[in-house]
Amino acid sequence: MTKPRDLDLDHVANLARITLTPEEKERFASQIGDVLAHIAHLNEVDVSGVEPTAHAFPVVNVWAADVPEPGLSVGDALLNAPQKRDNMFVVPRVVE
Amino acid sequence: MKDALYHGTISELSALMGAGELSAVELMESVLARTKAVDGRVRAFNSFDEKDALDQARASDLRRSRARAAGESVGPLEGIPVGLKDVISVRGQPLTASSRMLEGFVSPYDSTVTEKLKAAGAVCWGRLNLDEFAMGSSTENSAFGATSNPWDLDRVPGGSSGGSAAAVAAGEATAALGSDTGGSIRQPAALCNVVGLKPTYGRVSRYGLIAFASSLDQIGPFTRSVGDAATLLGVISGHDRRDSTSVDLDVPDYGRAVADLKKSGRRWRLGIPKEYFGEGLDSEVGAAVQAAIDEYRRLGAEIREVSLPHTKYAVGAYYIIATAECSSNLARYDGVRYGHRSKDARDALDLYFKSRAEGFGAEVKRRIILGTYVLSSGYYDAYYLRAQKVRTLIRRDFLEAYKHVDAIVTPTSPTPAFRKGEKAANPLAMYLNDIYTIGVNLAGLPGVSIPCGFTRGGLPIGLQVIGQPFKEAELLAVAGAYEERNDWRSRHPAL
Repeated sequence: MTKPRDLDLDHVANLARITLTPEEKERFASQIGDVLAHIAHLNEVDVSGVEPTAHAFPVVNVWAADVPEPGLSVGDALLNAPQKRDNMFVVPRVVE
Repeated sequence: MKDALYHGTISELSALMGAGELSAVELMESVLARTKAVDGRVRAFNSFDEKDALDQARASDLRRSRARAAGESVGPLEGIPVGLKDVISVRGQPLTASSRMLEGFVSPYDSTVTEKLKAAGAVCWGRLNLDEFAMGSSTENSAFGATSNPWDLDRVPGGSSGGSAAAVAAGEATAALGSDTGGSIRQPAALCNVVGLKPTYGRVSRYGLIAFASSLDQIGPFTRSVGDAATLLGVISGHDRRDSTSVDLDVPDYGRAVADLKKSGRRWRLGIPKEYFGEGLDSEVGAAVQAAIDEYRRLGAEIREVSLPHTKYAVGAYYIIATAECSSNLARYDGVRYGHRSKDARDALDLYFKSRAEGFGAEVKRRIILGTYVLSSGYYDAYYLRAQKVRTLIRRDFLEAYKHVDAIVTPTSPTPAFRKGEKAANPLAMYLNDIYTIGVNLAGLPGVSIPCGFTRGGLPIGLQVIGQPFKEAELLAVAGAYEERNDWRSRHPAL
């Protein structure tokens, strides 16, 4: 496992698409460092030959009948839109 | 009833309404008046809609009188005010997750549990406070202000479903729903002297629940008795094709199943995991739990020591898996289709960065960052995959113990309610408070916290009973056997 000093907060914040202030970076670095130091205890566990668990009760191949049914109306889907026009979400320009 | 209406149990109030001695409107008015009197101090609610609640109560009274005229019966939740944690969608009502990110959001549809409550005639009552996006153990992380513990207003009610627990304890809702990802129902129930049940993963649909960690999240009831928890569980359980992880198993009549188990006189074999009684356990909590175990022995239960050897790795595994899942789930809050949108964005990418920076609080950001890190290229195997393997070992520990015992009995929380601000600056200390509840989520098991005493200072103590997968009836029968002989639940906080 990796030591907390490998935690590059600028890189991770970029991946997470969150701007962090300098104060947040400083605080998070030490707080997350503490948590990672605790997490490092997991290295003591012998996990050789152990299968990972993603869900306690995995359910596979869940099929639904391919029958159309009513979903959210356009009005309901746009109910909480920060900005909307002509039944569409308005966003900042993406391509010039 | 010797208590005020607003302290009544579902079974007591339902019986009064059935006998024509109480109307749903009178009950709702009592709960409303109580809420207005105490919620300025408790702050269990983010919001409530008085007119809507009274309209629902009037509709309930009409249904009851029509049913009576037709010689039909109504269900046990008819006219009962059930509070909802503010992560559970109710069509036309606010849904904030106690986050600036969702301030002003209105649910366009009902969650499955809301549909089921409405179909059962319950009054869907208010929006209950929580740690932002259910991330926390104290309800201090709410963007709209912390909830107070009704037993000591300077202390936390636990979390993340602190509003749900405090409302039921303070007489502001007859029952409530919360969600439990690492203890968020059981721990606040313990700290507030109410019953809190986390069902088996997959027992209750998560459709319409704001997602935190999807492989761990489960909705469950807060009530004033084990019998009420059985009633509410029966209403909200069941397979739902809109949640593909909900399990397609029949839902028993839990009340009847518990009664049948009691009648059978079955001798319960209860496991006491030695790892749950070590360092960090408050002495008064430990003594109260030991007294409860002694009570079980007097009741004829067979008490066996069991071992859950991977317990000390549960918090570490949890904070990898839960944060990884939350970093993925919360990627949807991008300022595009709903939620907070920054007014200062230069372009589409900048919109994401700024909307998320402005909308999320510190704990949510911290967890997204940690979760993004453990999933990032080069670290996935070392953190996430290893944590999933440790999760397998934790689950095996429990299943191994269940070869020898029917249920496991532990403290719910290592300490009684702590003071506000005490752990706010130290996330790791806050996380370690969940040591006794987290393993249950990782293993997908059902667990319940029931009142088992008070500290000398008057703070509630909770007993956790952990059951086998989908055997909630047995779990509640074990919990009910203790409750029947120990009346802690009928004590109310002085407010």
